[in-house]
Amino acid sequence: MDAILLQILNGLDKGSAYALIALGLTLIFGTLGVVNFAHGALFMIGAFCAVTVQRILNLSFETIDPSKTDFLGNPLKVQSPYVVEWFGADFGNAIIDWSVPIAILFAIPIMIFVGFAMERGLIKHFYKRPHADQILVTFGLAIVLQEIVKYFYGANPIPTGAPEAFRGSFDFGVLLGFDPNAIIYPYWRLIYFSFAAVIIGGVFAFLQFTTFGMVVRAGMADRETVGLLGIDIDKRFTFMFGLAAAVAGLAGVMYAPINSPNYHMGMDFLVLSFVVVVVGGMGSLPGAVAAGFLLGVLESFASMNEIKSIIPGIDQIIIYVVAIIILLTRPRGLMGRKGVMEE
Amino acid sequence: MSKTDVTRRGVLKTGAVAGTGLLLPTYLRAASHEGFTNAPTGDTVTLGFNVPQTGPYADEGADELRAFELAVEHLNGGGDGGMLQTFSSKALEGNGIMGKKVQYVTGDTQTKSDAARASAKSMIEKDGAIMISGGSSSGVAVAVQGLCQEAGVIFMAGLTHSNDTTGKDKKANGFRHFFNAYMSAAALAPVLNKLYGSDRRAYHLTADYTWGWTQQESIQAATEAMGWQTVNNVLTPLAATDFSSYIAPVLNSGADVLVLNHYGGNMINSLTAAVQFGLREKQVNGKNFEIVVPLYSELMAKGAGANIKGIVGSQNWDWKLENQMGARYSGTNAFVKSFGEKYGFPPSQAAQTCYAQTILYADAVARAGSFNPCAVAEALEGFEFDGLGNGPTSYRKDDHQCFKDVLVVRGAENPANEYELVEIVEVTPTEQVSYDPEHPMFAGGALGTCNPGA
Repeated sequence: MDAILLQILNGLDKGSAYALIALGLTLIFGTLGVVNFAHGALFMIGAFCAVTVQRILNLSFETIDPSKTDFLGNPLKVQSPYVVEWFGADFGNAIIDWSVPIAILFAIPIMIFVGFAMERGLIKHFYKRPHADQILVTFGLAIVLQEIVKYFYGANPIPTGAPEAFRGSFDFGVLLGFDPNAIIYPYWRLIYFSFAAVIIGGVFAFLQFTTFGMVVRAGMADRETVGLLGIDIDKRFTFMFGLAAAVAGLAGVMYAPINSPNYHMGMDFLVLSFVVVVVGGMGSLPGAVAAGFLLGVLESFASMNEIKSIIPGIDQIIIYVVAIIILLTRPRGLMGRKGVMEE
Repeated sequence: MSKTDVTRRGVLKTGAVAGTGLLLPTYLRAASHEGFTNAPTGDTVTLGFNVPQTGPYADEGADELRAFELAVEHLNGGGDGGMLQTFSSKALEGNGIMGKKVQYVTGDTQTKSDAARASAKSMIEKDGAIMISGGSSSGVAVAVQGLCQEAGVIFMAGLTHSNDTTGKDKKANGFRHFFNAYMSAAALAPVLNKLYGSDRRAYHLTADYTWGWTQQESIQAATEAMGWQTVNNVLTPLAATDFSSYIAPVLNSGADVLVLNHYGGNMINSLTAAVQFGLREKQVNGKNFEIVVPLYSELMAKGAGANIKGIVGSQNWDWKLENQMGARYSGTNAFVKSFGEKYGFPPSQAAQTCYAQTILYADAVARAGSFNPCAVAEALEGFEFDGLGNGPTSYRKDDHQCFKDVLVVRGAENPANEYELVEIVEVTPTEQVSYDPEHPMFAGGALGTCNPGA
């Protein structure tokens, strides 16, 4: 029982990342009708926002320590961060320690800008083109973006730690009456799950309870009629592209302490996230979120030794097997709308 | 009036001969004069450096390339000479190789076997490379080694750690300077015994490909021989990024040691997940839970950040070796000085092995007095040398594996600077990591005979 609960928890944090990326993908598809294969790259750029903030906060000035030598035997150059110099050791180091949460503030405008630039600069020219063209151009864009990141940051993963206060793990099992150490769960993964829940809830509330969101939903249902009412729906949809980019970016920022960011991490998530969108139902926001969590949990279960001993290799194919079963039994996915990608 | 004797039979014969010629692999025709492939005819000789320039090991590949450039510079008489000053063989004179200036071409393995073979083939056929070196993957090394055997050029392997490279997949034209999984296990086991005791229960997570399998097999055999039990071995997909679902079952498995048979990004992510799940603070069976990473690299340590602290593993070489372990490892400081002054940071073990391989190839040519790969192979077989940073070393004739001391290392608790992420725990002498050429872990293949390619 404790092993099952542990895998459910694991699945929830993995599913959180899938759900956040799939949510953005669905927002873009539902509003602009674009299949955006560069969405994984937005997740990666978000993670590198965290890396960038960490580097900015660690910007240092150099002093020479004549009592020590470097690897060549020259007097050692000691790096001292400016923030420590300016704010003192305690507060300065605390700022550096909290670089990932601080990066959220940095990432929001950056990601919205990247989203706008991507949409206005490239993707808008492909609205009326077939989905195959959109996939090709956005996939190409994803490769360009990851190569740019690799050029500046290298190919090696870059450790980006969570704040010291959240680095440990807590005994979840004791809370539920299990033996100590039965269900250990890292603090940061719990924060990631909570953060994802807040973001997902925020996006749904924005669409559900604001006038802007109502217009966007109306535009998603019938773009032409909304346009005839004199509403510039294109502007709102462009904003939604920026919002989707910000959601993916924030998912990336918060994911940085879970797995050290590398230039390829967007591609690692992209294919799985598309499966999530298809399973959830093209264009369905609740479907994307539900499928994200469902597939995350199933993937975790498939990694259990007991399951792998019965079906070897199931952990590598479970998501695709589930996708096939769901699409055979419910061709529109879990919550797909009639008419989407069916014409 | 002229008459042409064109007959149907004649046309068919000519066509058949021409067709057969065209069907021959290009590398069997490419410059295969003077009895071997790509025999140098002018005043230059071309070497081919096949490293990952794109993909997840691009940083490691970049360091290999730096080392190759440095080696070529030193061979041509430039710079401070680096390890040529300390190398026990004095056949090289700083005038290229046998008086021919060394030039080089590079290829991108992309850490994919097919791409690596394609780039090596191109360097052999189009650029006339007479030797191929480099790489950061055992899958790539085995694939390129096979190609070089067919093409009739020497392959001086870069970073490849699988037992198979000089085991079941060994080839007469291939030579490995880097250590292997068996050696890692043989070096680590006594140190693990000393550090953690002989009553331990180990849980293995293993990358599901050739290197992971041989690494796991080796470390399991070595630790079980000293009394450890193996609780489980779970194969993890090479493409896995989040290892939490593989780490979670370790918590209640009864294991008190986790062995991560992972390399590169896999290792960074699995170690990060293990630390996040509190394994390092855990007490099991009345003992502190321990994590072991059999194969270390500086770049991995950098990627893992603080998570690497205190984690034990093994290395082929370390830039601090001569300073900390003495003059037995001469050549290390000379290389670090050359490399550090040129590039501004210390070299990685991948760089050192690639530099050494280039020097060893050039030296073998000089001692053989010929670029013929069979003469070079003969010069390398059984060659005993010193002064290239690893202490006394020999290239065994039976399998073309180098035998030398192996380092057991540990992630530094308080690194003095960004380059001292790893500290040397112990150096295991050659005798302790040696094995019989017929050892079961290396069985199944034959070295075969050298192919000069013509």
